[in-house]
Amino acid sequence: MNTSALFLMISTWAIVTGFTIYFFLKVLKAPMRNEPDSYLDNDPK
Amino acid sequence: MSTKIKTADIKTEHWGSRVGLVLAMAGNAVGFGNFLRFPVQAVQNGGGAFIIPYLVSLVLLGFPLLMIEWTAGRYGGRFGHHSTPFILHSLSKKAIWKYVGVFGLFSNLAIAAYYCYMESWTMSYVFHSVKGTFHLLDQHGVAAFFDGYVDIGHSTSGIPYEALVFYVFCLALNVWILSKGLAGGVEKAAKIMVPVLIFFGIFLAIRGITLKAGEQHAILDGLAGLNFLWTPQYDSLTNPKVWLAAAGQIFFTLSVGMGSIQCYASYLRQRDDIAVNAMSAGFMNEFVEIVLGSSIIIPISVGYLGIEKVVDLVGLGGLGLAFRTMPFLFEQWGPIFAALAGTAFFGLLFFAGITSSLAMGTPIMGFLKDEFNWSNKKSALAFGFITLTLGLPTVFFFQQGVFDEYDYWSGTVALFVFAMLESILFAWFFGYKKGWDEFMKGADVRLPKIFKYILGFITPVLLILVFLASLLRPAGDDWSKISFRGWELHPESIIGQLTYKSFTENRESFANAFYSEVSGTLDTVYTLRGKHYLRIIPDGAGPEFAKSYVFNPNKHTLKVEICQHIAKGQLLFEGFVINRIFYIKMARLVLLGLFLGLSLMVGYAYRKRKKENSI
Repeated sequence: MNTSALFLMISTWAIVTGFTIYFFLKVLKAPMRNEPDSYLDNDPK
Repeated sequence: MSTKIKTADIKTEHWGSRVGLVLAMAGNAVGFGNFLRFPVQAVQNGGGAFIIPYLVSLVLLGFPLLMIEWTAGRYGGRFGHHSTPFILHSLSKKAIWKYVGVFGLFSNLAIAAYYCYMESWTMSYVFHSVKGTFHLLDQHGVAAFFDGYVDIGHSTSGIPYEALVFYVFCLALNVWILSKGLAGGVEKAAKIMVPVLIFFGIFLAIRGITLKAGEQHAILDGLAGLNFLWTPQYDSLTNPKVWLAAAGQIFFTLSVGMGSIQCYASYLRQRDDIAVNAMSAGFMNEFVEIVLGSSIIIPISVGYLGIEKVVDLVGLGGLGLAFRTMPFLFEQWGPIFAALAGTAFFGLLFFAGITSSLAMGTPIMGFLKDEFNWSNKKSALAFGFITLTLGLPTVFFFQQGVFDEYDYWSGTVALFVFAMLESILFAWFFGYKKGWDEFMKGADVRLPKIFKYILGFITPVLLILVFLASLLRPAGDDWSKISFRGWELHPESIIGQLTYKSFTENRESFANAFYSEVSGTLDTVYTLRGKHYLRIIPDGAGPEFAKSYVFNPNKHTLKVEICQHIAKGQLLFEGFVINRIFYIKMARLVLLGLFLGLSLMVGYAYRKRKKENSI
């Protein structure tokens, strides 16, 4: 691959993958809020 | 008001989990376009340089529209609304906005009608990949297989009306999942399908990138395909066409301007985060598009066909590349690997498609449940029935252009119009400051405040400009020709389409003669699947661009001979014909009827609510 194509591809992939992982981890790690929230998983059993 | 909110909350469904919501939203956004449209658009619009207007459009149009739609949805949900007519009504009480919201029902139904048809092709291609149908076919054989498949009277597998059977089955699957409700149906499906499609995508991307010249009949490395796709042609950045293409791609890929995001978000409570959810779903879609989407069809097809051939093929669009070419390329990997690759490729397209079509079902279901107290099952069946009724013309008259007509008006123009109007409503009627505060309520992340001003000024203005440019696009995309004295319009501009500008010949619905629409050489007259065709190869183009016209030797008298050079507009045969323009007009009438019908339903629901004092 030529340098400019490689640079453009790697930098774009890195930015997009980085943000994807960052925001998805934020979703996974966010603590459950007190009821009532919007999610059935958090409902009292 | 508080009593009404409580009542709405009790009746309302909920998401099972936050991850489920994000995956469902990402599944909504990830569709065929991520794998088939994005790489083709990049190749046609400056290669790697396309990513610059693409990312600019993502920041100035895509993310702000996601913010608007998530916020509007959650805000409308507070009042028990789960469809755009009444969600928009909750943002502004002016009567017009309810009817603007009709776009959010219209687009979903009309798009689902033809989208489920494409979805059914992928389902059928998985079946044929496993069955080994493509095993002994050459490239033309695979292309002919697709043409035969969409020729409704023909069967490729012995199942009568095969394309219709797969379509109905696919639609029934959508209805069944939708009838299980939000958490039990849509979310469960997304939790399984989105990870599987990403897995399939990674598998094929690795295969595409590691393809080596000389191995398994490949003539170039897969990396040559990536090089071809990503090599920037920076001079393309001065062409407005490239910027319009990038803005268009952002619309399609994020599924904004449809009404499905608002519907999904309307099941959230006011204190729940939408900022991280919106960004997470948005970036997941971008990952699938930019990383996986660019690493599959272009590297594999360049590896086997070479750059020149791929340049020709992308001119026919991503769908052609996927369904008329990819199965042949997979066959080069041997029967077992071809079956695996075919299953992975068409399987990933199927999962990408169905998670989107499920999202298209929820707004009309939300509307029917909210306004007429219908159950999930009843409203899912209604969605299935309406979609089938609208979709049958696309199945039966695919080759007459009904499919493309639906795609243009509901899948392109309606999205632009709705997104433009909702951003104007949000920024200038609801108020961008109030809107930003609403968006950041309960947010788990602080997003840059600059977005507040982008939402308030840049996004609506840009959308108006993009709309005007699409309306008045000049012929040949030569923007230097624009002047106060007027200019010739592009046949694909909105006005060009409205005035049937692309129909230079055969402009009457019914006629007693048929004229050539291209200039070229009459290559052959042949019979296929019981139909007779004239094939003209346009001047300076290869056989893949050939134009075939159906004629009936018992009713029509040929006026040309094989190997004869045919001028555009030259008489080809005499006898009664129903021209393509007739089907296009009918398709437009169906779509207009759908929009008017939905508007009447919204008006009725509004009066009913007024009478019940519940709005």
